[in-house]
Amino acid sequence: MNCCYNSEKPVEDLDKFDFSLLEEIIKKYKDEAGSLISVLQEAQDIYSYLSLPLLKYIAAELHIKPARVYGVATFYTQFRMKPVGKYHILLCKGTACHVNGSGRIETALCEELKIETGETTQDGLFTLDSAACLGCCSLAPVMMINGQAYGPLSAEKARKIIRDLYAAEKQALGDGE
Amino acid sequence: MVNNMKLRVGLGSCGIAAGALDIWEKIKGECAARGLNIELQPTGCIGMCHHEPLMDIIDDEGKIFTYGNLSTENALEIFEHHLSGQGPLAQYLLSSEGTQKDFMESQWRIVLRNCGSINPESIDDYRKEGGYTALEKVLNSMSPERVIEELKISGLRGRGGAGFPTWFKWEAAYKEKGQGKYLICNADEGDPGAFMDRSVLEGDPHAVLEGMAIAAYVIGAATGIIYVRAEYPLAVKRLQIAIEQARDNGFLGKNILGKGFLFDIKIKQGAGAFVCGEETALIASLEGERGMPRLKPPFPAQKGYWGKPSNINNVETFANIPWIINKGGQAFAALGTPDSKGTKVFALAGKIKRGGLVEVPMGISLRDIIFKIGGGIKDNKKIKAVQLGGPSGGCIPEELLDIPVDYQSINNTGAIMGSGGMIVVDESTCMVDMARFFLEFTQKESCGKCVACRIGTKRMLEILERISSGKGKEGDIELLEELAGEIKAASLCGLGQSAPNPVLTTIRYFRDEYEAHIKEKKCPAKQCKALITYIIDPELCKGCGICARKCPVNCIKGEKKEPYVIEQDKCIKCGTCLEACPSKFAAVVVE
Repeated sequence: MNCCYNSEKPVEDLDKFDFSLLEEIIKKYKDEAGSLISVLQEAQDIYSYLSLPLLKYIAAELHIKPARVYGVATFYTQFRMKPVGKYHILLCKGTACHVNGSGRIETALCEELKIETGETTQDGLFTLDSAACLGCCSLAPVMMINGQAYGPLSAEKARKIIRDLYAAEKQALGDGE
Repeated sequence: MVNNMKLRVGLGSCGIAAGALDIWEKIKGECAARGLNIELQPTGCIGMCHHEPLMDIIDDEGKIFTYGNLSTENALEIFEHHLSGQGPLAQYLLSSEGTQKDFMESQWRIVLRNCGSINPESIDDYRKEGGYTALEKVLNSMSPERVIEELKISGLRGRGGAGFPTWFKWEAAYKEKGQGKYLICNADEGDPGAFMDRSVLEGDPHAVLEGMAIAAYVIGAATGIIYVRAEYPLAVKRLQIAIEQARDNGFLGKNILGKGFLFDIKIKQGAGAFVCGEETALIASLEGERGMPRLKPPFPAQKGYWGKPSNINNVETFANIPWIINKGGQAFAALGTPDSKGTKVFALAGKIKRGGLVEVPMGISLRDIIFKIGGGIKDNKKIKAVQLGGPSGGCIPEELLDIPVDYQSINNTGAIMGSGGMIVVDESTCMVDMARFFLEFTQKESCGKCVACRIGTKRMLEILERISSGKGKEGDIELLEELAGEIKAASLCGLGQSAPNPVLTTIRYFRDEYEAHIKEKKCPAKQCKALITYIIDPELCKGCGICARKCPVNCIKGEKKEPYVIEQDKCIKCGTCLEACPSKFAAVVVE
């Protein structure tokens, strides 16, 4: 971060971005003390991730130092600083999944997608993240793709799910032509 | 044609994950399309997660038939069968085969009294089961002192993990003179492998609200806050509905039950930080800050949210309150052991046959929970240990399974009761890897305030990683023990103070496994990748080639009908071949 981050002056380059969707949220929370986390959550719901300009904008609007906003945004696992792919895979790394072999599923997914956990594929289709626990332990090992749970998985099943999604995407592209 | 049939589908998160929503929609659609007047009721988690999706059909006489492991087709078939008056479809029935009986028999349901039997989105359902009568009783006839006394008799201790007597906290907040007190419900269930609070919030949200309203009356708070994980969207939704309904019915708001008592509740969503389970960190997070704990005293009862006196209890604790008020503290104290009264909810998972949510009276043995209720170990393997209390807890070995479930007995083993995560592991689980797994979690979740916790857990993790990758050195175990002691002594909050527990308990009970990793460079459970090799037994291999086709790195070579061979230098040890090899051959072995 550069030093202007600590200045309370509005940062000029913010004009280049359109944050009008945030106005409502800011209005709702502006007078409520301690609402920074709620603002960040709702902002992420809209933009899918929290970019630096967006954090600067929120800081300026809420009259909070940008460093503090950044500090909060990086503290909590829910907040993402990078965009996610069309398919957001959350691989459960809870204890039940761990003892039932989530490590092997992770290896398989990384192999299949050719990315590491926390990364997004080049085509922007898949993001692979891990979750501390998805809470459906009796389906272990389990993963969730855009809110839909898949389990119990084997390495082979996990690969097939990814391949099927890829195939569906290709098909959709073909249909569009 | 059956007219008074009632149908229930378990729509908790676990049911939905297993496909219950599809069943629900199809049956609803079917009823609508054919103009059937059948009472359809969505319900929360009944606890038998291993049989999800679950459906109950209640016939004219009120007899309940429970069906499990359903597909949408099965569910429709069962539905039609009942509808046409042919009675239950035996092959899908859980209630007949005894599994439901075994699962429920040793349980005693106080917290989960309504979970899985009422519609969590209906306040009328809750009131039919005696809901909000405890609040009425308190407002009509009990002074705050009287309620605290009743809690003292009940012996209820905080169910969030530490087990602090609930009456003590309430009394402290009650006696505090300050104005503008707050009541906070901690629903930031962060233990991996624990889903008790989620199930209660999804299955019976009004019980928590009623418990909170009673607590607010006692301590004199006008504002209640539920700090719930954002990862629990369904719980948040059902809480919102319940709060609205409670307001509409005069159980929350400005003049509760016409008694001039003012109390309202709002929801704040946590953003995912394990440390926020700690009271002072939770308060910091509520105030929109990084969730970092601070020194106590002052305790939250003196200076909490925005510096005001605040009382914080866990979801399960609140859900116990209405029952205690209605049935009396004595009735609660009659269950359990001298120092641990009442019941406890556990989330049973891992290598267990019947995983799910169970509520048992304190004092029951771990063995009974695992074998009587849980049905024993999957694939009839041998049990090795049970992990209690998540990342703050420890592993209890098989030989200690007969100890009773009470706070003291469990603390004596080096584990803790914790919030209720109970993970059963079998002989194929490596205990060094288990310790590494938990340390990886706490190391990541350490807020970084205390040096001992921030750097200490990192160093411990490095040592554990070194051991499980076959690079362990003589003296590593002692070094782990030394670091553990220092982290425990020099950390401010419970996270750091308990982070070394999984390592200490596994060293205490499974030292030989650590030594095998360090001295013989072997993983006895055959789990640590660096210490195992996958090979194909030429005697057993029939040369079908399935493994070679499935191998993601194409490192299995051979000719059809001849034994295949794994090229070890290319193998990534993913285990695909082991899964792929047909069980009748079982030619892939791990060494």
